[in-house]
Amino acid sequence: MDISKKIIRVDAEDKLLGKSKYIGDIEFENMLFAKTVRSDRARAKIKSIKYPKLPKGYFIVDKNDVPGLNKVKAVENDQPFFADGVVNYIGEPIALVIGESKYKILDLISQIDIEYEDLEAVYTIEDGLKTSNPLFGDNNCFADYHYSKNSLEEIKSKAKYVISGEYKTGYQEQMYLEPQGVVGIYKNDKVEVHGSMQCPYYVKGAVEQCMGFDPENVRIVQTTTGGAFGGKEDYPSLIAGHVAVAAYKAKQPVQLIFSREEDVEVTPKRHPSIIHLTSFIDQNHKIMGMEADIKLEGGAYTTLSTIVLQRSMFAAIGAYNVENVFVRGRAIATNTVPSGAFRGFGAPQSLFALETHMEKCAKEMGIDALDFKLKNLMKQNDRSSTNGIMRDPIILPEMVERTDELSKFRKKKAEFANYNKTNPEKLKGIGMSIFFHGGGFTGSGEQDHIKAKVKLYKSSEGKVNLLLANVEMGQGVHTTMRKIAAKTLDLPIESVTYNNPDTDYTMDSGPTAASRTIMVVGKLVQEACEELKAGWIDSKDQIVITNYKQPEGFNWDDKNFIGDVYNSYSWGVNVVEVSIDPITFQIDVDHIWAIFDIGKAIDEMVVRGQIEGGVIQGLGYGGLEVMESKKGKLQQKSITDYIIPTSKDVPKITSELMNVPYTHGPYGAKGLGELTLIGTAPAYSLAVSNALDIEVNKIPVKPEELIRLVK
Amino acid sequence: MKIKFTLNYKDIEMDINPLMRTLDLLRKEFGLFSTKEGCGDGECGACAIILNDKIVNSCMVPVANIHGKEIVTIEGLEKTERYSILKKSFEDAGAVQCGFCIPGMMMAAEALFRRHKTPTLEQIKEGISGNLCRCTGYNMIIEAIELATERGKEIW
Repeated sequence: MDISKKIIRVDAEDKLLGKSKYIGDIEFENMLFAKTVRSDRARAKIKSIKYPKLPKGYFIVDKNDVPGLNKVKAVENDQPFFADGVVNYIGEPIALVIGESKYKILDLISQIDIEYEDLEAVYTIEDGLKTSNPLFGDNNCFADYHYSKNSLEEIKSKAKYVISGEYKTGYQEQMYLEPQGVVGIYKNDKVEVHGSMQCPYYVKGAVEQCMGFDPENVRIVQTTTGGAFGGKEDYPSLIAGHVAVAAYKAKQPVQLIFSREEDVEVTPKRHPSIIHLTSFIDQNHKIMGMEADIKLEGGAYTTLSTIVLQRSMFAAIGAYNVENVFVRGRAIATNTVPSGAFRGFGAPQSLFALETHMEKCAKEMGIDALDFKLKNLMKQNDRSSTNGIMRDPIILPEMVERTDELSKFRKKKAEFANYNKTNPEKLKGIGMSIFFHGGGFTGSGEQDHIKAKVKLYKSSEGKVNLLLANVEMGQGVHTTMRKIAAKTLDLPIESVTYNNPDTDYTMDSGPTAASRTIMVVGKLVQEACEELKAGWIDSKDQIVITNYKQPEGFNWDDKNFIGDVYNSYSWGVNVVEVSIDPITFQIDVDHIWAIFDIGKAIDEMVVRGQIEGGVIQGLGYGGLEVMESKKGKLQQKSITDYIIPTSKDVPKITSELMNVPYTHGPYGAKGLGELTLIGTAPAYSLAVSNALDIEVNKIPVKPEELIRLVK
Repeated sequence: MKIKFTLNYKDIEMDINPLMRTLDLLRKEFGLFSTKEGCGDGECGACAIILNDKIVNSCMVPVANIHGKEIVTIEGLEKTERYSILKKSFEDAGAVQCGFCIPGMMMAAEALFRRHKTPTLEQIKEGISGNLCRCTGYNMIIEAIELATERGKEIW
């Protein structure tokens, strides 16, 4: 049977009945509650803290209680678990108050007196580049990278057209439906953290460092996770440290679950960006060279900004073949909530900028934008922006033609231009985006940093248990991974189990991130199953462990950013059609078309779920989801004022797959999860730009700004 | 305060703080964990229950307001044919991802079928518009309810 054929998700039944246990649904004996005491200053010295007298059974936990290192283990060790003398953003944790009654805790928090001395804060990307009081390093950048391919200098004078533009993107909040939550437990010299998370081994490393414990004395258990989208990639490490320290001090389990307001205010979001692009184009409309300058607003601590920035930089030239490239990228420190991972991880910013820029170039040269894009598309055996080889066939032209066939893009674009001149009730517009997403960690990350291992345990009854670190967070991996194992072993799916990771039993198959789970870990599971099948002995317990090996022939220079930045690429073409009220500028989305090459669908229904959900998150990013910071304070604090799409906002989505299988993916599968989000925002803003005949260089697109642009 | 109400077709009488949220009552006193807290603000619908045939967010209802009323959560529907049609339709249409919004969505669908035997697309969209989902983009949930409309036309 074709593995793509849909099956009923293995987790659906329990979730429908509310039987799946999320962290808030689990009661541990003698459990206490915790609430975080936070900074209300963007940047200040803490001069003194006065805590109230505590009733019996109540505790305060702060930096002085951390038995290990008071730094969250991440790319840089710059973020403290609890503020130590200074605070760098509004909402930064200073202490926890723990105890039995949530009301009493709030009462105690209101009696805490913190004396601050305000320092000059940095609120924006622009301020961050000018400041003489850096938050980080000498230049206030968490990273300042560049890379180049061939030489721009030589072609600059030969170009017939030199076209520049500046593009801006805003915050995006993950708004998973289940807020962040963890429970810490301390017993028999061992600390446990249970909670909602994407990367149990990141959390494990952070808790080990925080507690100063040996690996065997730290256990992390993932509980059913109610959505994550990158928001539970690095952040749970911070709060896991908090409850670990709290449980150690109280010698009782401690639960920390965020309120929605708290979650919106203090957890990482997609980096706002300012991207400057310049294209050098010859008389035949071939792009000879491109220069990109990418600036990301990093917030107060590094978290994942350096690698988000890298992915932004590697997406700067998108799906186009450009011989001469120079890309600079900076992640700038600001006294705002730390930015972090969000589905797409830096690529959505770059691809919005690039697709908008391509249209601008075409317009300035007086040619059709789609013809211009098609002329410059990357082909098999071309070199990527980092001089890697595009080994697999690229069928973007066919994908564009199929999208055009389904959406009537070309025909509508021509018709709408005339139609809009007739003063209609609604102005019509249509936009197309063409894009890619690289599967897995960038460069040699899988080989050098992640070093994934998977373990299978086969019982004497012939049942196979997958012992992996990757989490089900809604994306369907409990179903798809079991399908891969069952198919490879030629067993019914009921003979394969795959439970939530528990680091006492699982192996570190790496984070659930970077669209790597099926492509990288799924392939390892396939290999392990092949090995098990070959050595299968009836009525005997068997264990198979498989380690990741980088496919041969892929090379990456991590210092200079040269070579094969990804082993495989997934591709997409999106079209968005809109109707706009010419008086209020309210935008209705009429239809979205989405074609993707993901190598192979492991389950067609799971894949469609990723497409539908990703496309609508991307649509929110392009328009509805407005989040702004003023003087370090977010202006949106809840689901009431940060608007995500509802059932009434979603159009019909027509989607199809046109797959080019990947040799090193399980049954040919490549990355999927992030790809689906990337193309909607640019296609949407281009549709708006088409309807109103203006340039839209900034997302989210806001009606009130359109009024200004049109006038 | 003493209050009386019906919970999943059982009569309940209890002495309880009238200001407690119905959400907390269901979770803490009765262990009905299908009602989830997504926002505590009446915006997301993860805590949706049926109160006297109408869908409401239980985080916004103080316990005093349920006196004399009838509450249904998904657990109360489990053994019914209505539930099995909804369940099968949600499964077949791929309406479930992370699952946090899903019991609330089921409640919204049940409440919708109590109002309309054959809801139109617009009525379905309206019927679940108070329930946020961040995973699915809604269309597969809408299709699940369309499927259930057809499959349950004899019983709605």
